[in-house]
Amino acid sequence: MKSTRIEVKNRPEFPEDSSILKTIKEDAHIIIDAVETVKAYNLQGDFKENEINLIRNDLLSDLVYQENKNGWSYYQELDYNFGVEVAYKNGVTDNVGRTTAQGISYILNKEINFNSVRASTMYFFKGKVTEAEIKKIAEKVLCNTLIEDYYIFNKDSFKPVEYFKTAQAPEITEYYKGIDLNVTDEQLMKISEDGVLSFSLEEMKIIREYYLSPIVSEARKNLGLPASPTDIELELFAQTWSEHCKHKIFAADIEYKNGSETKQIHSLFKTYIKDSADKLRKNRKDLLSLFKDNAGVVQFNDEYAYCVKAETHNSPSALDPYGGAMTGIVGVNRDILGTGMGAYPIYNTDVFCFGSPFTEDENVPEGLMHPRRIFRGVHRGVKDGGNESGIPTVNGSITFDESFLGKPLVFCGTGGILPLKSNGRDAYEKYVNPGDLIVMCGGLIGKDGIHGATFSSAHLTEASPTSAVQIGDPITQKKMIDFTLEARDLGLYSGLTDNGAGGLGSSVGEMAQFTDGATLYLDKCPLKYPGLKPWEILISEAQERMTIAVPKESIDQFLALAKRRSVDCAVIGEFTDNGTIQCYYKDAIVCYLDLDMLHEGNPKLQLKAEWKETVEVKVSSKETDFNLMLKKLLGRPNVASKESWVRIYDHEVQARTVNKPFTGKDNDGPSDGAVLKIFPHSNEGLAVTHGIVPRYSKFDTFQMAANAIDEAVRQAIILGADPDALVGLDNFCWPDPVESANTPDGKYKMAQLVRACEAVHDITIAYNCPCISGKDSMKNDYRKGSKKISVLPTLLFTATGIVRDITKTVSFYFKKPEQLIYVIGDTRAELGASEYFEMLNIKEGAVPKVLNPEETFLVYKKIAKLIEKRLLVSAHDLSDGGLSVALSEAAFSGNTGAEISLDAISSHLSVEEKLFSETPSRILVTVDKAKNEEFLQVIGEKNVFFLGKTTAHDMLVVKSGSKTVINEKLSELKSIWKNSLTF
Amino acid sequence: MSIKTLILTGYGINAEKELKWAFDLAGSETDIIHLEDLIENKSILSKYNILGFAGGFSFGDHIASGKVFANLIKYNVFEDLKKFIDSGKLVIGICNGFQVITKLGLLPSFDNSYEPVVSLTANDSGHFEDRWVTVKVENNKSPWLHGIDTLYLPVRHGEGKLITRDSATLERLKKNGQVALRYTNKKNPDDMSYPHNPNGSYYDIAGITNEAGNVFGLMPHPEAYYCNELHPNWTEGVIENKIGLDIFKNAVNYFK
Repeated sequence: MKSTRIEVKNRPEFPEDSSILKTIKEDAHIIIDAVETVKAYNLQGDFKENEINLIRNDLLSDLVYQENKNGWSYYQELDYNFGVEVAYKNGVTDNVGRTTAQGISYILNKEINFNSVRASTMYFFKGKVTEAEIKKIAEKVLCNTLIEDYYIFNKDSFKPVEYFKTAQAPEITEYYKGIDLNVTDEQLMKISEDGVLSFSLEEMKIIREYYLSPIVSEARKNLGLPASPTDIELELFAQTWSEHCKHKIFAADIEYKNGSETKQIHSLFKTYIKDSADKLRKNRKDLLSLFKDNAGVVQFNDEYAYCVKAETHNSPSALDPYGGAMTGIVGVNRDILGTGMGAYPIYNTDVFCFGSPFTEDENVPEGLMHPRRIFRGVHRGVKDGGNESGIPTVNGSITFDESFLGKPLVFCGTGGILPLKSNGRDAYEKYVNPGDLIVMCGGLIGKDGIHGATFSSAHLTEASPTSAVQIGDPITQKKMIDFTLEARDLGLYSGLTDNGAGGLGSSVGEMAQFTDGATLYLDKCPLKYPGLKPWEILISEAQERMTIAVPKESIDQFLALAKRRSVDCAVIGEFTDNGTIQCYYKDAIVCYLDLDMLHEGNPKLQLKAEWKETVEVKVSSKETDFNLMLKKLLGRPNVASKESWVRIYDHEVQARTVNKPFTGKDNDGPSDGAVLKIFPHSNEGLAVTHGIVPRYSKFDTFQMAANAIDEAVRQAIILGADPDALVGLDNFCWPDPVESANTPDGKYKMAQLVRACEAVHDITIAYNCPCISGKDSMKNDYRKGSKKISVLPTLLFTATGIVRDITKTVSFYFKKPEQLIYVIGDTRAELGASEYFEMLNIKEGAVPKVLNPEETFLVYKKIAKLIEKRLLVSAHDLSDGGLSVALSEAAFSGNTGAEISLDAISSHLSVEEKLFSETPSRILVTVDKAKNEEFLQVIGEKNVFFLGKTTAHDMLVVKSGSKTVINEKLSELKSIWKNSLTF
Repeated sequence: MSIKTLILTGYGINAEKELKWAFDLAGSETDIIHLEDLIENKSILSKYNILGFAGGFSFGDHIASGKVFANLIKYNVFEDLKKFIDSGKLVIGICNGFQVITKLGLLPSFDNSYEPVVSLTANDSGHFEDRWVTVKVENNKSPWLHGIDTLYLPVRHGEGKLITRDSATLERLKKNGQVALRYTNKKNPDDMSYPHNPNGSYYDIAGITNEAGNVFGLMPHPEAYYCNELHPNWTEGVIENKIGLDIFKNAVNYFK
């Protein structure tokens, strides 16, 4: 077949932005004088000349400001020193190419194969650079060589590239390989490692036993299957039993030693997380579905329920920050779509942990990307994933610590709404029956994302499989979401789930439990390109796919609707009740497994944990210039404004965001969280917040977790959430906590996990905020040679609460002069692991502690009452940097000065402690003088400390006794805070 | 008489629901219809008074924003759409919808030619951005803008820089009174640097109309300010004289 190339560029009078030169300067440290870009479209097919002209002028270019050429042209015409052309590798999803093929089919009114267009970008650079520098620019800035190819050229060296190689994919003749497990232990482990299966030896032996049992071998003989497992079966075991899917560490038996005490824990999940929810559930009729679906479901009002879920995508984001983060966010969107009978995503949350963007190049671990590049890529991936899907990113944060140089943490969350009833049935349940057809909807299957589930359960090393990376296409998914919910409302299906980790193997395996069996026809699965082996089809993590159970009587209507909505769907099997998972390929059986064995057969891990208390030593710094200290704090990456990054997310699409991420007189102050007005005719809303403080793990993971929960709950309360209608999500990211030669400190890391779970249990009960879903990612370590970096044990706690009347929402910033400023909650000398001590490199001190959570919750209920009675003018939580930072933020965001005294705060504390201690459970509020009495009546005198008044001056003045300890212009403080994290 | 509004969706359009809310609150009966369904049943268009092109990322903004969606209309329902417009009914395109109708040539459509001479291209900042801006009504001969002087609205786009094919086109837009909305700086009108003009649009243009004024396209999102609590500063009691909803009320009242 012929191939054609069309090149498009802006006309000279419409120059493009050249921000890429800035990135090249910052990331590759190379100065380039100028750049021009050309978009190229490489087409395969026999097009007539008039058709080519139509494609050129009516589709591929906008003649108002662009021009185009046929063939390889601009390399001859432009003035440049060197050029680089970048395109996706063969086989990687090329979204622009696919849209172009679709666009061509519209204007020519004929079918065009979606693989027949490949898009590429040419960069023409002017500047004096060496060959090695060009290579550096290409590999560090222009492309990710994992998924993209590039070549460098100049006028003389130019040689056109062949975009459509005619290599024929080999026909699949061998449907499976039998894998003999009757081998030595070493060989068993080699099978696991070579296949990226992440089995333990014990698991391999249990699988071997299964195949040796007489019933199994007899059945296999009758079916003509080998006595040993097929590669398909072994892969299915590996996906289903992976840490990622089975949460083996949270289900393990643990012997926990703390000092002289030893206790046995049978499943952290059941003992702590589920137990809290079970206890609270007795008085919480709003909890409709917990821990059994993709996301927990909670009643919102008489007509609707909401559901929330957060996931991590750490390993993929380390390898391909853009693609990894994008598939993280669109992946968790699908979790919501797959909840109950299907929910509509209404908001996203994004929380990242990175190494400092200002890390010196030589301190970046070998083989990994610079944190600045990871930051940029992750941010762009989440931006495109969320914005293009039309889902607002309403809440999030970015935390920096050097431990995240080893692996970034990328948490992506989504909330959705669903009707309580759908076609007369409770919409938070599923209704799959034997005989229902298995339909795969959305995208097609490729080699992308093979072994994502098992790989994320392993360490990050240089040998990480490149096929573990997936490329997302938000638009394909958006079309699928719209179609699915249309089909839901028409009552065309009986249940659904998403295809995420483990692909069809996991989704069908999970849904098969509803009916006790499933049969799949792997050759019926639509593929992006030929040549995939049956096992690859089963476990591919190609994106944008749902598995939907459709009753036979609805299938025609279902498929017809899919066609009208341009959504690929295919019937690939049937749910059964015969207790087995069976797969066929072209009429031959290739997989036959007991469902029970697959889901229940994996052994429980037996693990050991031993806690070592950190002895707290009281210390203080020698600093006396607190003005300077505050300014330095405000410029620290953890504290400084992230606005320049957050503005790039669409946080308002769907028109629900009534408390936005950045608010204030100039719309640029840091909100405590989001409030969403869900429907136009009602003032009911949701508050969305989160807490995360990994650095406290350096002292005690109990307090790390307790502080995260306290912060999230406190913010939700401040935003007006009903204290009796809060729910949480627990997302754990841990280094490997299993003791081994590579992890000699496994017992301690496991004890850290036990303590964090204890905190989740105790604090969520005290705060009446049960976890409705959760997720864990357990092997966040980097290892190369003798160098190992483990991330700080981290809990992200996401809180969601119902706001009964969003018109009572209070924002965080000072509004006008002459208002009374109070801090609610006692301050203690807790500077250990605080942002202030981290800045001064002081490793001792007492870590901030959540003490008496039951009493604290009573205070929170009083705050809810204050908001309900409209007695607060502003309310802001105290977190990183303590009182000093909260005061500064509230003042400079409101362009309203403040003059306060620290004397009302516990007299035994030093000025330093009063200003910078990070004691949790504290809130900074302002109150109108006229309402002061009523305010004091509601809150009670005990927990309130009067600080001073807001002023009409552009100054923050803080006194201790007669001494002024801070005296600074708001504009100065704000300028530092705003401009420290821009690059 | 009930005023009926049709909002097109599909292929990545994503702001159709709030646009329906806004039209419903303004008193219209509003249907959201997939473009594919309109193509299959073109005659339904004539039942409506108002046609809305909502925001979103149709076809992922691949190739250029709005381009492929515009082509799908151009090659399937263009004649019906022209008839709708020529009969004096109202059309609005917001954000991606503005990009679609501009690339389709509905705007500015000098001499009813439907020739694209204006486009919306990448922001000067080089990136997508969500922020609130003030726009002033430059010419309110369009029924959409009746009685409105200024509006505070969010922009949420990466490709909103309005450019014209040449300077004569810009002059003609101005002379014809087709420049409907311009970004403005309330505190210092002489300073129209970023972010007051958030994308680098020529002549600070935020929205234009066709010659008759019944077709209106704009980059800011009036539907995203359908109630007071969507204003960024409502918690300090700020209440604007006019809100985004008033644009939709104007359209519905036009037929009453």
